[in-house]
Amino acid sequence: MAGLISALILLPLAGALFAGMARENYARGIALFFNAITAILAVTLWRNFDITAAGLQIVERHAWIPAIGAEYVVGIDGLSLLLVLLTSLIFPFAFLAQRRGRGYCALMLVMQSALYGTFTAHNFVLWFLFYEMSLIPAFLLIKIWGGENRDRAATKFFIYTFLGSVAMLLSFLGIYFAKGTFDFAALAELGRAGPLLNGNLAWLAFAGIFLGLAVKVPLFPFHTWLPDAYETAPVGVSMVLTGVLSKMGVYGFVRLLLPLFPHEIRILGPWLLGLAVCSIVFASLAAWAQSDLKRMVAYLSINHLGYCMIGLFAVTASAARPAVEMQAALSGVFLQIFNHGITAAALFYYVGLLEQRRGLRGLGDFGGLMQRTPLLCGWMSVAMFSSLGLPALNGFIGEFLIFKGSFALAAAATSIAVLGLLFTAIAFLRAMQMLFSGPLSESCSAFPDLLRTEKWIVVPVTLLMFAIGIAPQFLFNIFNTTVIQMARLFA
Amino acid sequence: MSPWIVDHLWLVPAVPLAASLLILSFAGSRSKGAAALAIIGQLIALVLAVAAFIPTLQEPGWRAFHNFTWFTFGENAVRIGWVLDPLAAAMLVMITLVGLCIFVFSMGYMAEDKNFSRFFAYLSFFSAAMLGVVIANSLLLLFVCWELVGLASYLLIGFWIHKPSAAAAAKKAFITTRIGDLGFFFGILWLYGSSGTLLFYDDGKGCLESAGLLAVGASATFIALLIFSGAVGKSGQFPLHVWLPEAMEGPTPVSALIHAATMVAAGVFLVARVYPLFSLGAVDGVTPSLTVVVWVGVVTALMAALIAIAQADIKRILAYSTVSQLGLMMVSLGVGGVAAGIMHLLAHGFFKALLFIGSGSVIHGCHHEHDIRKMGGLRRVMPVTFLTYAVGMMTLSGVPLFFSGAWTKEEILHQTAHWPRSQAPFYLMLAGVVLTALYMTRQMIYVFFGNRRAAAEHAHESPRVMTVPLIVLALGTIALSIVVTPAWPWLHAYLSGEPARFEIARLIQPMLFVSLALVAAGIGLGLLIYRRAGAFDPLERSQPALFRFLENKMWIDELYAHTVIAFSRTAAVLSDWMDRYIWDGFVRAFGSIGQAFGILTKGVDERGINAAVDEGVGSARGVGRVMSLWHSGQIQTYLGAVAIGMLALLLFYVWLA
Amino acid sequence: MTPTLTLFLIVSAALFCIGLLAALSRRHAIFILIGIEMMLAAANLNFIAFWRFGAEPQQPTGVMVAIFSIAIAAAEAAVGVALVIAVYRHYRTTNVTKLDRLKG
Repeated sequence: MAGLISALILLPLAGALFAGMARENYARGIALFFNAITAILAVTLWRNFDITAAGLQIVERHAWIPAIGAEYVVGIDGLSLLLVLLTSLIFPFAFLAQRRGRGYCALMLVMQSALYGTFTAHNFVLWFLFYEMSLIPAFLLIKIWGGENRDRAATKFFIYTFLGSVAMLLSFLGIYFAKGTFDFAALAELGRAGPLLNGNLAWLAFAGIFLGLAVKVPLFPFHTWLPDAYETAPVGVSMVLTGVLSKMGVYGFVRLLLPLFPHEIRILGPWLLGLAVCSIVFASLAAWAQSDLKRMVAYLSINHLGYCMIGLFAVTASAARPAVEMQAALSGVFLQIFNHGITAAALFYYVGLLEQRRGLRGLGDFGGLMQRTPLLCGWMSVAMFSSLGLPALNGFIGEFLIFKGSFALAAAATSIAVLGLLFTAIAFLRAMQMLFSGPLSESCSAFPDLLRTEKWIVVPVTLLMFAIGIAPQFLFNIFNTTVIQMARLFA
Repeated sequence: MSPWIVDHLWLVPAVPLAASLLILSFAGSRSKGAAALAIIGQLIALVLAVAAFIPTLQEPGWRAFHNFTWFTFGENAVRIGWVLDPLAAAMLVMITLVGLCIFVFSMGYMAEDKNFSRFFAYLSFFSAAMLGVVIANSLLLLFVCWELVGLASYLLIGFWIHKPSAAAAAKKAFITTRIGDLGFFFGILWLYGSSGTLLFYDDGKGCLESAGLLAVGASATFIALLIFSGAVGKSGQFPLHVWLPEAMEGPTPVSALIHAATMVAAGVFLVARVYPLFSLGAVDGVTPSLTVVVWVGVVTALMAALIAIAQADIKRILAYSTVSQLGLMMVSLGVGGVAAGIMHLLAHGFFKALLFIGSGSVIHGCHHEHDIRKMGGLRRVMPVTFLTYAVGMMTLSGVPLFFSGAWTKEEILHQTAHWPRSQAPFYLMLAGVVLTALYMTRQMIYVFFGNRRAAAEHAHESPRVMTVPLIVLALGTIALSIVVTPAWPWLHAYLSGEPARFEIARLIQPMLFVSLALVAAGIGLGLLIYRRAGAFDPLERSQPALFRFLENKMWIDELYAHTVIAFSRTAAVLSDWMDRYIWDGFVRAFGSIGQAFGILTKGVDERGINAAVDEGVGSARGVGRVMSLWHSGQIQTYLGAVAIGMLALLLFYVWLA
Repeated sequence: MTPTLTLFLIVSAALFCIGLLAALSRRHAIFILIGIEMMLAAANLNFIAFWRFGAEPQQPTGVMVAIFSIAIAAAEAAVGVALVIAVYRHYRTTNVTKLDRLKG
């Protein structure tokens, strides 16, 4: 089973090659075929993963460029596996959402490969390579296949994130020159033992990495590229961007920033919590004020990632740290990562369906859909309720655990953040009212309800939402050991 | 050895839930089968509820629970479970029985609707969620079901989704209750953090048992108040009562289900369920949190009763009456009369369901007219409805002896009178009793007496499927009074876990006469004022300003619209604006700095470096031009130059030599 | 009067000067060529004279150089005349004062 992860990384690349050379009509089929294989591989990985063992598993290690400390190390722990599974889930979903040509499919597959790499690499150079590799296809996908204002949005997205990446790279070079290693585990150990760098240099390195990751997540106030990019990107790309790409930032926080700079985070704790709270509250308020459906979902995406960030900062920034609360917050964050991936992708998918039918996606362009397309409305409502955290759907447990943990660790910040739950509900209910209820709008009177093919996509995803909401243990099993280990690391 | 039903109590909510899912998955939009499925589901739930009721009779204060692990995060298990005790059992029976009547009634009432099946699916779902709230043995599970109740009410209030007002009402209900639920959520987090468990009963380790309460300690007041805010939202207490009257936009059976048996009862039930948190550290039965409960209840009860006097919509009057009665129950809980409050809740479940579906029958008979001023004289055309409605009206007003609600209300008054902190709630409650009798008399007179006005001209009695539930509920209302009288306070004893004794002498108490006098005053006043009422309200004629104030619900909605809602909406628009112009403005400014630098370097390059090179080249060219003047192109000149050169060379050698 | 080196050199110098004068003063290209030929003849005369009155008058070295030089002069004259004709065809003139395309 040694080559499993490498195979997972390389397969989409091969798929990209095939899809890029195929006829326009076959490209999507090829992409889906390769996704089926990667899904099988991901499940095999899951089967082979020992949920009781702590630390990295199924590790592959090869020398690469020893002179600069670069090494090919891939492996998974609970968090990595969770994200690999999420990637394997979202990409087929995104491919099914839209029929597109070979260039699109090839670029998407390249991005998929990069994401697998990012989530499994455990050496900074390798990780950074994959991290950047995901950026370029995303840029091209928005720039070429985007909607209105795509040039501007794509450029903003690229330059903003790239600037962050450069800052991060410089910081890591600084750390490398001081400590001589790029290995995540070794760096985490060093970070735990004492400061990695001295004095102002440490702050500089912290700021660089923080900037890079905060832009990626995105964390308030580094989020302004997101609504533009998500709004203009084609639906499938939006699904991947919000479902998986945004998780790279959160993953980076968990894997890099929090273990390497515990001291700095402790000092900045209240400020970081403040940023997370701003992410939650301002984004949900802004979502309420949107008139474009896609942009609204984009803002709510920021809001939901804000919950992840408040959980993480509460775990690392507070002074007293009972293990229960830390585990609650971390578990909540991990669950939220997965849940948000599914739910937000589903929401973008539904927005795409509406846009396909109407040609527009303003909230005011629809009305009374419930009378014309009850199934579409019903299933879409499930996704919306899931996103606003209704119990028995997937969003609730993650948010409950995050709030449980962060309430005990950082009560003040959490108290304000809870307002986000209210505003999210308002935003969604407002959208539902404008879209579904009232007299049937004339422009919507010829809409088809969910087609058979669409049902085949919608039903499994919705069932998954229910499954996680009602019996989430199978997800907890994946990362419980990792959570315990990380809680110990941060304690 | 616990009975079979304890381990399988989950079946009670599961059966209606399954019915709901089956209907949603398989039924056509107007299938009779859907109604049958829902009713059968509810019937099974009723049977199971009765089966659950029986073991609780064994001994006073009997309680059994079943806990299990829901999921494990890190090294910690989150456990949930269900509990069966007198409180839960009584609620189960009431909800399933009242629910069943409403289901049957709906078959007639909704027969014409084109989404008939979906309606029954929602009803079953609602019932399931509510039953889940009742049996939950974990605050977390209770919250889950609580939110599902909220969802179900959202779906049902907005059932006629093509009506914009219904959609708006549904949204308002969901959001208003969610505001309360945020507090509730907080209370749960706090309780979880301080006691380490959310199970109510867990062999002494639960949060309502001694060890858990000890761990909670002084923060119990805040936790209790936070949880109470959830109850305020759900039970329509002031200041979150605004959604309840608007919830009347839903079909009438929904109003009956929401305002009688289920959703609004959930708040009172919740307070009763976590009562140990409220009463922790009580001195004389008074704690700060309970005092808040009392005053919220008093304000709500009086305010709602006053507003009800000036309403014209038959359902809205009942809605405000519900708000008022719930306030009364809250007062009862607050002054320590838990059993009295729950008894009133149970009785209220019956008679309010009766009144609501009675009003549904009236509305159905009057071709969906809601305005009582357009009705009148219906007692002759709708005799069954009239009689059953009269039973409900007398029970609600508190006419003693045969009507259960009267006894339970009296008990509450009794409890309130003995509250050590203040006598004010007692007297205010007495005023509330008068007002209740007054507005119910007004409604009766407008609807059933006098001349038949516009809407009543073609009125007809409702079909059997609607009148039978009315009769059942009326009989239930009367029958329930057997177990609630002071002579044989069986229900009280059952709920508070004491043995009941029969003692006929206690039947006649001073409070009986007080309430008799008050009810008589209320009804008499009503007769006096409204005896000759026409299309104009006599109160409106004599006190137009006051009437308008009450008719407009004391302008509380407008107050909210101009303060809280306007503020949040502005905040939303503002944060969108800030996002576009300030935060993104920073980004763009940063980008502009880069661009400006680019323009600057371009200038330096063009005007500085490039120009210098050009200058040098230019001067070299000038020199070249001067030099080129020598090259005349005249070959003989060149030749001459060569000759002169040679001559010079020659002379040079000669000179050297 | 015995022929001496000095006498030859004087004749040669005079010949050279006449040739130079012709090359410098005439406007017609052919005359300039003729002047140049005269200067070459003066140079050949010098060679012969220095050989005849030199250290080894028995060896025919000077004659050889002169013959070569004359041959080259002939070739040069041919090329020169060809050039003059080509120039004439192009510019319709052989007046060298008019042929000033080479000026700077």
